[in-house]
Amino acid sequence: MPANISINASNITKRYGDKTALDDISFDVAKGELFGFIGPDGAGKTTLFRLITSLLIPDKGSLTVEGLDTVKDYIKLRKILGYMPGRFSLYQDLTVEENLKFFAGIFKTTPEANYELVKDIYSQIEPFKNRKAGKLSGGMKQKLALSCALIHKPEVLVLDEPTTGVDAVSRIEFWEMLGRLRRSGITIVVSTPYMDEASRCDRVALIQNGKIMSIDTPDSIQNNYSRGLWAVKSDDTYRLLTDLRQFKSTRTAFPFGEHIHLSLKDELIKPAEIVSYLESTGHSNIHISKIEPTIEDCFMEMMGAESNMSATSQK
Amino acid sequence: MKIIEVENLVKKFGSFVANDHLTFSVDEGEIYGFLGANGAGKTTAMKILCGLSSPTSGKVMVAGYDVYHQTEMIKKRIGYMSQRFSLFEDLSVWENFQFFGGIYGLSPAKIRERTTELLGRLGLESEKKQILGSLPLGWKQKLAFSVAIIHRPSIVFLDEPTGGVDPITRRQFWEIIYETASQGITVFVTTHYMDEAEYCRRVSIMADGKIVALDTPANLKTKYNAANIEGVFLKIARN
Repeated sequence: MPANISINASNITKRYGDKTALDDISFDVAKGELFGFIGPDGAGKTTLFRLITSLLIPDKGSLTVEGLDTVKDYIKLRKILGYMPGRFSLYQDLTVEENLKFFAGIFKTTPEANYELVKDIYSQIEPFKNRKAGKLSGGMKQKLALSCALIHKPEVLVLDEPTTGVDAVSRIEFWEMLGRLRRSGITIVVSTPYMDEASRCDRVALIQNGKIMSIDTPDSIQNNYSRGLWAVKSDDTYRLLTDLRQFKSTRTAFPFGEHIHLSLKDELIKPAEIVSYLESTGHSNIHISKIEPTIEDCFMEMMGAESNMSATSQK
Repeated sequence: MKIIEVENLVKKFGSFVANDHLTFSVDEGEIYGFLGANGAGKTTAMKILCGLSSPTSGKVMVAGYDVYHQTEMIKKRIGYMSQRFSLFEDLSVWENFQFFGGIYGLSPAKIRERTTELLGRLGLESEKKQILGSLPLGWKQKLAFSVAIIHRPSIVFLDEPTGGVDPITRRQFWEIIYETASQGITVFVTTHYMDEAEYCRRVSIMADGKIVALDTPANLKTKYNAANIEGVFLKIARN
Protein backbone atom coordinates (compact mmCIF):
# COMPACT_ATOMS: atom_id res chain seq x y z
CA MET A 1 0.00 0.00 0.00
CA PRO A 2 1.40 3.48 -0.86
CA ALA A 3 2.90 5.31 2.11
CA ASN A 4 0.62 8.29 1.70
CA ILE A 5 -2.57 6.31 2.35
CA SER A 6 -4.21 6.91 5.72
CA ILE A 7 -7.41 4.85 5.39
CA ASN A 8 -7.92 1.91 3.05
CA ALA A 9 -11.25 0.15 2.70
CA SER A 10 -11.48 -2.91 0.42
CA ASN A 11 -14.83 -4.45 -0.43
CA ILE A 12 -16.47 -3.72 2.90
CA THR A 13 -19.92 -5.19 3.53
CA LYS A 14 -21.91 -4.76 6.74
CA ARG A 15 -25.35 -6.25 7.37
CA TYR A 16 -27.82 -5.96 10.20
CA GLY A 17 -30.00 -9.06 9.96
CA ASP A 18 -31.29 -9.10 6.40
CA LYS A 19 -30.61 -5.38 5.88
CA THR A 20 -27.41 -4.47 4.05
CA ALA A 21 -26.11 -1.22 5.51
CA LEU A 22 -22.92 -1.13 3.42
CA ASP A 23 -22.65 -3.07 0.19
CA ASP A 24 -19.15 -3.93 -1.03
CA ILE A 25 -17.59 -0.48 -0.77
CA SER A 26 -13.96 0.43 -1.37
CA PHE A 27 -12.06 3.70 -1.04
CA ASP A 28 -8.76 5.26 0.05
CA VAL A 29 -8.24 8.41 2.07
CA ALA A 30 -4.81 10.07 1.68
CA LYS A 31 -2.80 11.35 4.63
CA GLY A 32 -3.69 14.93 5.48
CA GLU A 33 -6.81 14.84 3.34
CA LEU A 34 -10.14 16.40 4.31
CA PHE A 35 -12.48 13.72 2.99
CA GLY A 36 -16.27 13.99 3.04
CA PHE A 37 -18.96 11.30 2.93
CA ILE A 38 -22.07 13.01 1.62
CA GLY A 39 -25.48 11.40 1.67
CA PRO A 40 -28.90 11.37 3.33
CA ASP A 41 -29.91 9.61 6.56
CA GLY A 42 -29.87 5.85 6.13
CA ALA A 43 -27.14 5.92 3.47
CA GLY A 44 -24.71 4.03 5.74
CA LYS A 45 -22.46 6.88 6.90
CA THR A 46 -22.63 6.14 10.63
CA THR A 47 -22.11 2.41 10.09
CA LEU A 48 -19.03 3.17 8.03
CA PHE A 49 -17.61 5.48 10.70
CA ARG A 50 -18.19 2.85 13.39
CA LEU A 51 -16.26 0.39 11.24
CA ILE A 52 -13.40 2.87 10.75
CA THR A 53 -13.24 3.50 14.50
CA SER A 54 -13.23 -0.27 15.30
CA LEU A 55 -16.59 -0.08 17.09
CA LEU A 56 -18.13 -2.51 14.58
CA ILE A 57 -16.63 -5.44 12.69
CA PRO A 58 -17.26 -5.76 8.95
CA ASP A 59 -18.97 -8.91 7.64
CA LYS A 60 -16.71 -8.90 4.60
CA GLY A 61 -13.70 -6.99 3.38
CA SER A 62 -10.79 -5.32 5.13
CA LEU A 63 -10.25 -1.91 6.59
CA THR A 64 -6.98 -0.35 7.72
CA VAL A 65 -6.24 3.05 9.27
CA GLU A 66 -2.61 4.21 9.28
CA GLY A 67 -1.65 0.63 8.44
CA LEU A 68 -3.53 -0.78 11.44
CA ASP A 69 -6.28 -3.34 10.86
CA THR A 70 -9.52 -2.20 12.49
CA VAL A 71 -10.24 -5.72 13.78
CA LYS A 72 -6.82 -7.14 14.76
CA ASP A 73 -5.04 -3.94 15.80
CA TYR A 74 -7.93 -2.12 17.41
CA ILE A 75 -6.11 -1.36 20.68
CA LYS A 76 -3.29 0.49 18.90
CA LEU A 77 -5.73 2.04 16.46
CA ARG A 78 -7.92 3.65 19.11
CA LYS A 79 -4.90 5.58 20.45
CA ILE A 80 -4.39 7.42 17.19
CA LEU A 81 -8.06 8.12 16.44
CA GLY A 82 -10.20 11.08 17.42
CA TYR A 83 -13.92 10.38 17.09
CA MET A 84 -16.86 12.71 17.37
CA PRO A 85 -20.07 10.64 17.20
CA GLY A 86 -23.26 12.04 15.73
CA ARG A 87 -25.00 12.16 19.07
CA PHE A 88 -23.52 14.44 21.75
CA SER A 89 -21.66 12.01 23.99
CA LEU A 90 -19.70 14.04 26.51
CA TYR A 91 -20.47 13.98 30.21
CA GLN A 92 -23.34 16.43 30.70
CA ASP A 93 -22.75 16.77 34.44
CA LEU A 94 -19.05 17.51 34.15
CA THR A 95 -17.93 21.06 33.38
CA VAL A 96 -16.35 22.08 30.09
CA GLU A 97 -12.88 21.98 31.64
CA GLU A 98 -13.49 18.64 33.42
CA ASN A 99 -14.58 17.01 30.16
CA LEU A 100 -11.44 18.17 28.40
CA LYS A 101 -9.22 16.95 31.28
CA PHE A 102 -11.05 13.63 31.38
CA PHE A 103 -10.57 12.92 27.68
CA ALA A 104 -6.92 13.98 27.83
CA GLY A 105 -6.46 11.75 30.90
CA ILE A 106 -7.86 8.66 29.17
CA PHE A 107 -5.11 9.04 26.59
CA LYS A 108 -2.49 9.69 29.30
CA THR A 109 -1.91 13.29 28.34
CA THR A 110 -3.00 16.72 29.59
CA PRO A 111 -4.90 19.62 27.99
CA GLU A 112 -1.74 21.73 28.39
CA ALA A 113 0.44 19.29 26.40
CA ASN A 114 -1.59 19.64 23.21
CA TYR A 115 -3.21 23.00 23.79
CA GLU A 116 -1.84 24.46 20.53
CA LEU A 117 -3.94 22.02 18.49
CA VAL A 118 -7.27 22.86 20.15
CA LYS A 119 -6.58 26.54 20.95
CA ASP A 120 -8.45 27.93 17.94
CA ILE A 121 -11.61 26.02 18.93
CA TYR A 122 -11.36 25.72 22.71
CA SER A 123 -10.58 29.41 23.26
CA GLN A 124 -14.11 30.18 22.04
CA ILE A 125 -15.67 28.17 24.89
CA GLU A 126 -12.97 28.76 27.51
CA PRO A 127 -14.91 31.70 29.04
CA PHE A 128 -17.52 29.07 30.02
CA LYS A 129 -15.05 26.46 31.31
CA ASN A 130 -16.86 26.14 34.66
CA ARG A 131 -20.26 25.56 33.06
CA LYS A 132 -21.66 22.02 32.96
CA ALA A 133 -21.53 20.55 29.46
CA GLY A 134 -25.28 19.81 29.60
CA LYS A 135 -25.99 23.54 29.97
CA LEU A 136 -24.16 24.63 26.82
CA SER A 137 -25.86 25.79 23.63
CA GLY A 138 -25.75 23.49 20.61
CA GLY A 139 -22.90 25.35 18.96
CA MET A 140 -20.79 25.35 22.13
CA LYS A 141 -21.40 21.62 22.74
CA GLN A 142 -20.15 20.95 19.26
CA LYS A 143 -16.95 22.95 19.88
CA LEU A 144 -16.34 21.12 23.16
CA ALA A 145 -16.90 17.74 21.52
CA LEU A 146 -14.40 18.63 18.80
CA SER A 147 -11.87 19.81 21.41
CA CYS A 148 -12.25 16.54 23.34
CA ALA A 149 -11.80 14.49 20.15
CA LEU A 150 -8.58 16.37 19.39
CA ILE A 151 -6.95 16.72 22.78
CA HIS A 152 -4.77 13.58 22.49
CA LYS A 153 -3.40 14.78 19.13
CA PRO A 154 -4.86 11.99 16.99
CA GLU A 155 -3.50 11.20 13.53
CA VAL A 156 -6.97 10.68 12.12
CA LEU A 157 -10.08 12.62 13.09
CA VAL A 158 -13.49 11.04 12.39
CA LEU A 159 -16.50 13.40 12.59
CA ASP A 160 -19.97 11.90 12.17
CA GLU A 161 -22.44 14.57 10.99
CA PRO A 162 -21.00 17.43 13.05
CA THR A 163 -23.24 19.99 11.33
CA THR A 164 -26.61 18.21 11.40
CA GLY A 165 -29.29 20.36 13.02
CA VAL A 166 -26.87 23.29 13.13
CA ASP A 167 -27.92 26.66 11.68
CA ALA A 168 -26.43 28.02 8.45
CA VAL A 169 -24.04 30.44 10.15
CA SER A 170 -22.66 27.94 12.69
CA ARG A 171 -22.19 25.43 9.87
CA ILE A 172 -19.98 27.86 7.98
CA GLU A 173 -17.97 28.61 11.12
CA PHE A 174 -17.51 24.89 11.79
CA TRP A 175 -16.13 24.28 8.30
CA GLU A 176 -13.79 27.26 8.67
CA MET A 177 -12.43 25.59 11.83
CA LEU A 178 -11.95 22.30 9.98
CA GLY A 179 -10.15 24.12 7.19
CA ARG A 180 -7.66 25.60 9.70
CA LEU A 181 -7.27 22.23 11.44
CA ARG A 182 -6.49 20.55 8.14
CA ARG A 183 -3.40 22.72 7.79
CA SER A 184 -1.91 21.00 10.86
CA GLY A 185 -1.59 17.86 8.72
CA ILE A 186 -4.21 15.72 10.45
CA THR A 187 -6.35 13.42 8.28
CA ILE A 188 -10.03 14.29 8.62
CA VAL A 189 -13.02 12.23 7.51
CA VAL A 190 -16.39 13.87 7.96
CA SER A 191 -19.94 12.96 7.01
CA THR A 192 -22.83 15.29 6.22
CA PRO A 193 -26.30 15.25 4.69
CA TYR A 194 -25.78 18.84 3.42
CA MET A 195 -24.73 18.71 -0.23
CA ASP A 196 -23.46 22.31 -0.22
CA GLU A 197 -20.71 21.33 2.24
CA ALA A 198 -19.01 19.14 -0.40
CA SER A 199 -17.05 22.09 -1.78
CA ARG A 200 -15.22 22.39 1.56
CA CYS A 201 -13.62 18.94 1.15
CA ASP A 202 -10.54 17.87 -0.83
CA ARG A 203 -12.47 14.85 -2.08
CA VAL A 204 -15.93 13.50 -1.44
CA ALA A 205 -17.74 10.19 -1.69
CA LEU A 206 -21.41 10.47 -2.57
CA ILE A 207 -23.16 7.70 -0.68
CA GLN A 208 -26.73 6.38 -0.95
CA ASN A 209 -28.36 3.09 0.13
CA GLY A 210 -25.07 1.58 1.30
CA LYS A 211 -23.26 2.22 -1.97
CA ILE A 212 -20.75 4.82 -3.05
CA MET A 213 -22.07 6.43 -6.24
CA SER A 214 -18.97 8.52 -6.93
CA ILE A 215 -15.60 9.42 -5.35
CA ASP A 216 -13.75 12.47 -6.63
CA THR A 217 -12.86 16.09 -6.03
CA PRO A 218 -15.96 18.31 -5.87
CA ASP A 219 -14.84 20.07 -9.09
CA SER A 220 -14.47 16.80 -11.01
CA ILE A 221 -17.88 15.58 -9.88
CA GLN A 222 -19.40 18.80 -11.17
CA ASN A 223 -17.40 18.63 -14.42
CA ASN A 224 -18.59 15.07 -15.02
CA TYR A 225 -22.21 16.18 -15.17
CA SER A 226 -22.64 15.51 -18.84
CA ARG A 227 -25.78 17.49 -19.65
CA GLY A 228 -26.66 21.09 -20.18
CA LEU A 229 -28.41 22.61 -17.18
CA TRP A 230 -30.63 25.68 -17.14
CA ALA A 231 -31.87 27.84 -14.29
CA VAL A 232 -35.36 29.16 -14.98
CA LYS A 233 -37.25 31.75 -13.01
CA SER A 234 -40.64 33.45 -13.26
CA ASP A 235 -43.09 35.23 -10.99
CA ASP A 236 -44.81 32.02 -9.87
CA THR A 237 -42.24 29.37 -8.94
CA TYR A 238 -44.63 26.53 -8.12
CA ARG A 239 -46.66 26.91 -11.32
CA LEU A 240 -43.40 27.25 -13.24
CA LEU A 241 -42.35 23.84 -11.91
CA THR A 242 -45.60 22.15 -12.92
CA ASP A 243 -45.63 23.86 -16.31
CA LEU A 244 -42.01 22.98 -17.06
CA ARG A 245 -42.80 19.34 -16.31
CA GLN A 246 -45.49 19.49 -19.02
CA PHE A 247 -43.00 20.88 -21.56
CA LYS A 248 -42.38 18.30 -24.30
CA SER A 249 -38.58 18.39 -24.05
CA THR A 250 -38.20 18.44 -20.28
CA ARG A 251 -36.09 15.64 -18.86
CA THR A 252 -35.83 16.75 -15.23
CA ALA A 253 -37.12 19.83 -13.43
CA PHE A 254 -36.19 20.41 -9.78
CA PRO A 255 -36.75 23.45 -7.58
CA PHE A 256 -33.61 25.17 -6.25
CA GLY A 257 -34.70 28.12 -4.17
CA GLU A 258 -36.31 30.70 -6.45
CA HIS A 259 -35.08 28.88 -9.60
CA ILE A 260 -36.03 25.65 -11.32
CA HIS A 261 -33.06 23.64 -12.58
CA LEU A 262 -34.01 22.17 -15.92
CA SER A 263 -32.36 19.51 -18.06
CA LEU A 264 -33.68 18.68 -21.54
CA LYS A 265 -34.16 15.51 -23.56
CA ASP A 266 -33.13 17.42 -26.65
CA GLU A 267 -30.03 19.52 -25.98
CA LEU A 268 -30.46 21.47 -29.22
CA ILE A 269 -33.52 23.32 -28.00
CA LYS A 270 -32.92 27.06 -27.78
CA PRO A 271 -33.76 29.01 -24.62
CA ALA A 272 -36.09 31.15 -26.74
CA GLU A 273 -38.30 28.09 -27.32
CA ILE A 274 -38.58 27.51 -23.58
CA VAL A 275 -39.38 31.18 -23.00
CA SER A 276 -42.08 31.22 -25.68
CA TYR A 277 -43.62 28.03 -24.23
CA LEU A 278 -43.72 29.65 -20.79
CA GLU A 279 -45.19 32.86 -22.20
CA SER A 280 -47.90 30.81 -23.84
CA THR A 281 -48.79 29.35 -20.43
CA GLY A 282 -49.07 32.83 -18.94
CA HIS A 283 -45.76 33.31 -17.10
CA SER A 284 -44.24 36.75 -16.67
CA ASN A 285 -40.74 37.97 -15.79
CA ILE A 286 -39.17 34.85 -17.24
CA HIS A 287 -35.41 34.51 -16.83
CA ILE A 288 -33.41 31.62 -18.18
CA SER A 289 -29.67 31.08 -18.05
CA LYS A 290 -27.21 28.25 -18.56
CA ILE A 291 -25.58 27.20 -15.28
CA GLU A 292 -22.91 24.92 -13.87
CA PRO A 293 -24.42 22.07 -11.81
CA THR A 294 -24.11 22.04 -8.02
CA ILE A 295 -23.13 18.89 -6.13
CA GLU A 296 -26.82 18.48 -5.31
CA ASP A 297 -27.71 18.42 -9.04
CA CYS A 298 -25.04 15.75 -9.54
CA PHE A 299 -26.26 13.73 -6.56
CA MET A 300 -29.84 13.73 -7.84
CA GLU A 301 -28.67 12.78 -11.33
CA MET A 302 -26.82 9.78 -9.90
CA MET A 303 -29.75 8.83 -7.65
CA GLY A 304 -32.02 8.92 -10.69
CA ALA A 305 -29.64 6.72 -12.66
CA GLU A 306 -29.33 4.22 -9.78
CA SER A 307 -33.00 3.74 -9.13
CA ASN A 308 -34.27 4.59 -12.61
CA MET A 309 -36.76 6.76 -10.83
CA SER A 310 -38.82 9.25 -12.73
CA ALA A 311 -38.09 12.79 -11.62
CA THR A 312 -41.73 13.58 -11.22
CA SER A 313 -42.72 10.42 -9.35
CA GLN A 314 -44.39 11.10 -6.05
CA LYS A 315 -42.93 8.07 -4.30
CA MET B 1 -57.94 36.33 7.43
CA LYS B 2 -55.21 36.08 10.08
CA ILE B 3 -54.80 32.54 11.38
CA ILE B 4 -52.00 33.44 13.80
CA GLU B 5 -51.81 36.81 15.51
CA VAL B 6 -48.95 37.62 17.86
CA GLU B 7 -48.50 41.00 19.55
CA ASN B 8 -45.63 41.78 21.89
CA LEU B 9 -45.12 38.18 22.91
CA VAL B 10 -42.62 37.94 25.77
CA LYS B 11 -41.43 34.66 27.29
CA LYS B 12 -38.94 34.68 30.16
CA PHE B 13 -37.23 31.80 31.91
CA GLY B 14 -36.05 33.41 35.15
CA SER B 15 -34.03 36.42 34.04
CA PHE B 16 -33.45 35.00 30.54
CA VAL B 17 -35.65 36.51 27.84
CA ALA B 18 -36.22 33.79 25.23
CA ASN B 19 -38.85 35.72 23.25
CA ASP B 20 -38.49 39.49 23.37
CA HIS B 21 -41.61 41.34 22.16
CA LEU B 22 -42.41 39.27 19.07
CA THR B 23 -45.06 40.75 16.78
CA PHE B 24 -46.17 39.01 13.61
CA SER B 25 -49.19 37.46 11.94
CA VAL B 26 -49.74 34.61 9.51
CA ASP B 27 -52.47 34.62 6.84
CA GLU B 28 -54.81 31.72 6.21
CA GLY B 29 -53.35 29.36 3.59
CA GLU B 30 -49.92 30.98 3.73
CA ILE B 31 -46.61 29.08 3.81
CA TYR B 32 -44.69 30.91 6.52
CA GLY B 33 -40.98 30.22 7.15
CA PHE B 34 -39.80 30.67 10.71
CA LEU B 35 -36.01 30.98 10.58
CA GLY B 36 -33.28 31.77 13.06
CA ALA B 37 -29.97 30.57 14.42
CA ASN B 38 -29.82 27.81 17.06
CA GLY B 39 -30.83 29.30 20.40
CA ALA B 40 -32.58 32.32 18.85
CA GLY B 41 -35.90 31.37 20.49
CA LYS B 42 -37.79 29.58 17.69
CA THR B 43 -38.66 26.45 19.67
CA THR B 44 -39.92 28.51 22.61
CA ALA B 45 -42.22 30.50 20.32
CA MET B 46 -43.45 27.36 18.53
CA LYS B 47 -44.33 25.69 21.84
CA ILE B 48 -46.42 28.72 22.76
CA LEU B 49 -48.20 28.74 19.39
CA CYS B 50 -49.01 25.03 19.82
CA GLY B 51 -50.52 25.65 23.26
CA LEU B 52 -47.78 23.74 25.10
CA SER B 53 -46.35 26.70 26.98
CA SER B 54 -47.80 29.97 28.28
CA PRO B 55 -46.38 33.38 27.40
CA THR B 56 -45.08 35.68 30.14
CA SER B 57 -46.97 38.53 28.49
CA GLY B 58 -48.42 39.62 25.17
CA LYS B 59 -51.34 38.64 22.98
CA VAL B 60 -51.26 35.35 21.05
CA MET B 61 -54.24 34.08 19.05
CA VAL B 62 -54.07 30.81 17.08
CA ALA B 63 -56.96 29.74 14.84
CA GLY B 64 -59.12 32.28 16.66
CA TYR B 65 -58.30 30.95 20.14
CA ASP B 66 -56.33 32.52 22.94
CA VAL B 67 -53.19 30.68 24.13
CA TYR B 68 -53.75 31.62 27.76
CA HIS B 69 -57.16 30.04 28.24
CA GLN B 70 -58.09 28.00 25.17
CA THR B 71 -55.10 25.69 24.63
CA GLU B 72 -57.27 22.58 24.33
CA MET B 73 -59.23 24.18 21.48
CA ILE B 74 -55.95 25.17 19.80
CA LYS B 75 -54.61 21.62 20.01
CA LYS B 76 -57.67 20.34 18.14
CA ARG B 77 -57.21 22.85 15.33
CA ILE B 78 -53.48 22.35 14.69
CA GLY B 79 -51.24 19.60 13.34
CA TYR B 80 -47.60 19.13 14.32
CA MET B 81 -44.72 17.24 12.84
CA SER B 82 -41.05 17.29 13.74
CA GLN B 83 -37.99 15.50 12.49
CA ARG B 84 -37.63 13.70 15.81
CA PHE B 85 -41.11 12.70 16.91
CA SER B 86 -42.42 10.82 13.98
CA LEU B 87 -44.77 7.86 14.00
CA PHE B 88 -44.81 4.51 15.79
CA GLU B 89 -42.14 2.40 14.14
CA ASP B 90 -43.63 -0.96 15.17
CA LEU B 91 -47.16 -0.23 13.96
CA SER B 92 -48.16 -0.59 10.33
CA VAL B 93 -48.82 2.45 8.15
CA TRP B 94 -52.57 1.88 8.44
CA GLU B 95 -52.43 1.45 12.24
CA ASN B 96 -50.56 4.73 12.63
CA PHE B 97 -53.30 6.58 10.74
CA GLN B 98 -55.99 4.85 12.82
CA PHE B 99 -54.23 5.68 16.06
CA PHE B 100 -53.73 9.38 15.36
CA GLY B 101 -57.14 9.74 13.72
CA GLY B 102 -58.62 8.26 16.90
CA ILE B 103 -56.70 10.70 19.11
CA TYR B 104 -58.27 13.56 17.14
CA GLY B 105 -61.69 12.02 17.68
CA LEU B 106 -62.47 11.11 14.06
CA SER B 107 -65.02 8.34 13.47
CA PRO B 108 -63.72 5.02 12.09
CA ALA B 109 -65.47 5.77 8.77
CA LYS B 110 -63.81 9.21 8.54
CA ILE B 111 -60.42 7.74 9.41
CA ARG B 112 -60.80 5.15 6.66
CA GLU B 113 -61.87 7.76 4.12
CA ARG B 114 -59.07 10.21 4.92
CA THR B 115 -56.37 7.52 5.19
CA THR B 116 -57.32 6.20 1.75
CA GLU B 117 -57.27 9.72 0.33
CA LEU B 118 -53.92 10.68 1.90
CA LEU B 119 -52.19 7.41 0.99
CA GLY B 120 -53.55 7.76 -2.52
CA ARG B 121 -52.00 11.19 -2.82
CA LEU B 122 -48.60 9.77 -1.80
CA GLY B 123 -48.99 6.74 -4.06
CA LEU B 124 -48.45 4.50 -1.03
CA GLU B 125 -51.79 2.58 -0.87
CA SER B 126 -50.03 -0.72 -1.48
CA GLU B 127 -47.75 -0.16 1.53
CA LYS B 128 -50.55 0.29 4.05
CA LYS B 129 -49.91 -3.04 5.78
CA GLN B 130 -46.15 -2.51 5.96
CA ILE B 131 -44.58 -1.98 9.38
CA LEU B 132 -43.52 1.65 9.45
CA GLY B 133 -40.00 0.89 10.70
CA SER B 134 -39.25 -1.07 7.53
CA LEU B 135 -39.87 1.88 5.21
CA PRO B 136 -37.28 4.37 3.86
CA LEU B 137 -36.88 7.58 5.86
CA GLY B 138 -38.24 9.76 3.06
CA TRP B 139 -41.52 7.81 2.98
CA LYS B 140 -41.81 7.97 6.76
CA GLN B 141 -41.47 11.74 6.66
CA LYS B 142 -44.21 12.03 4.02
CA LEU B 143 -46.44 9.70 6.04
CA ALA B 144 -45.79 11.68 9.22
CA PHE B 145 -46.89 14.81 7.40
CA SER B 146 -50.08 13.13 6.17
CA VAL B 147 -50.86 11.92 9.69
CA ALA B 148 -50.34 15.48 10.98
CA ILE B 149 -53.14 16.71 8.68
CA ILE B 150 -55.55 13.76 9.01
CA HIS B 151 -57.96 15.88 11.10
CA ARG B 152 -57.83 18.75 8.54
CA PRO B 153 -56.29 21.28 10.91
CA SER B 154 -56.31 25.02 10.23
CA ILE B 155 -52.53 25.14 10.63
CA VAL B 156 -49.79 22.58 10.48
CA PHE B 157 -46.49 23.24 12.28
CA LEU B 158 -43.46 21.59 10.69
CA ASP B 159 -40.27 21.62 12.73
CA GLU B 160 -37.32 20.84 10.42
CA PRO B 161 -39.38 18.33 8.44
CA THR B 162 -36.70 17.65 5.82
CA GLY B 163 -33.57 17.27 7.99
CA GLY B 164 -31.34 14.51 6.65
CA VAL B 165 -33.77 13.60 3.86
CA ASP B 166 -32.30 12.89 0.41
CA PRO B 167 -32.43 15.76 -2.11
CA ILE B 168 -35.14 14.30 -4.36
CA THR B 169 -37.46 13.38 -1.48
CA ARG B 170 -36.84 16.79 0.09
CA ARG B 171 -38.21 18.44 -3.05
CA GLN B 172 -41.18 16.07 -3.26
CA PHE B 173 -41.93 16.93 0.35
CA TRP B 174 -42.17 20.60 -0.57
CA GLU B 175 -44.57 19.80 -3.39
CA ILE B 176 -46.83 18.14 -0.84
CA ILE B 177 -46.55 21.27 1.32
CA TYR B 178 -47.62 23.42 -1.66
CA GLU B 179 -50.58 21.15 -2.37
CA THR B 180 -51.64 21.29 1.27
CA ALA B 181 -51.43 25.07 1.40
CA SER B 182 -53.45 25.35 -1.80
CA GLN B 183 -56.26 23.51 0.03
CA GLY B 184 -56.34 26.29 2.60
CA ILE B 185 -54.23 24.72 5.36
CA THR B 186 -51.70 27.20 6.71
CA VAL B 187 -48.14 25.88 6.89
CA PHE B 188 -45.72 27.16 9.54
CA VAL B 189 -42.29 25.70 8.93
CA THR B 190 -38.73 25.84 10.29
CA THR B 191 -35.72 24.66 8.30
CA HIS B 192 -31.94 24.88 8.17
CA TYR B 193 -31.97 24.53 4.37
CA MET B 194 -31.88 28.10 3.14
CA ASP B 195 -33.03 27.15 -0.37
CA GLU B 196 -36.29 25.98 1.25
CA ALA B 197 -36.82 29.42 2.75
CA GLU B 198 -37.33 30.62 -0.84
CA TYR B 199 -40.38 28.35 -1.17
CA CYS B 200 -42.20 30.23 1.59
CA ARG B 201 -44.51 33.14 0.85
CA ARG B 202 -43.00 35.09 3.74
CA VAL B 203 -40.20 34.36 6.17
CA SER B 204 -39.17 35.84 9.48
CA ILE B 205 -35.66 35.60 10.87
CA MET B 206 -35.06 35.55 14.62
CA ALA B 207 -31.89 36.52 16.46
CA ASP B 208 -31.43 36.74 20.23
CA GLY B 209 -35.13 36.37 20.98
CA LYS B 210 -36.28 39.06 18.53
CA ILE B 211 -37.69 38.99 15.03
CA VAL B 212 -35.14 41.05 13.12
CA ALA B 213 -36.55 40.61 9.61
CA LEU B 214 -39.95 39.65 8.20
CA ASP B 215 -40.94 39.89 4.55
CA THR B 216 -41.24 37.97 1.29
CA PRO B 217 -38.00 36.28 0.21
CA ALA B 218 -37.75 38.67 -2.77
CA ASN B 219 -38.07 41.79 -0.61
CA LEU B 220 -35.55 40.48 1.94
CA LYS B 221 -33.01 39.84 -0.79
CA THR B 222 -33.45 43.37 -2.12
CA LYS B 223 -33.32 44.95 1.31
CA TYR B 224 -30.16 43.09 2.39
CA ASN B 225 -28.64 43.20 -1.08
CA ALA B 226 -28.10 39.44 -1.11
CA ALA B 227 -28.28 36.89 -3.94
CA ASN B 228 -30.27 34.40 -1.87
CA ILE B 229 -31.79 33.88 1.58
CA GLU B 230 -28.60 32.30 2.88
CA GLY B 231 -26.90 35.63 2.13
CA VAL B 232 -29.63 37.48 4.04
CA PHE B 233 -29.32 35.05 6.95
CA LEU B 234 -25.54 35.46 7.13
CA LYS B 235 -25.77 39.25 7.08
CA ILE B 236 -28.29 39.23 9.91
CA ALA B 237 -26.60 36.60 12.07
CA ARG B 238 -23.13 38.10 11.75
CA ASN B 239 -24.35 41.56 12.56
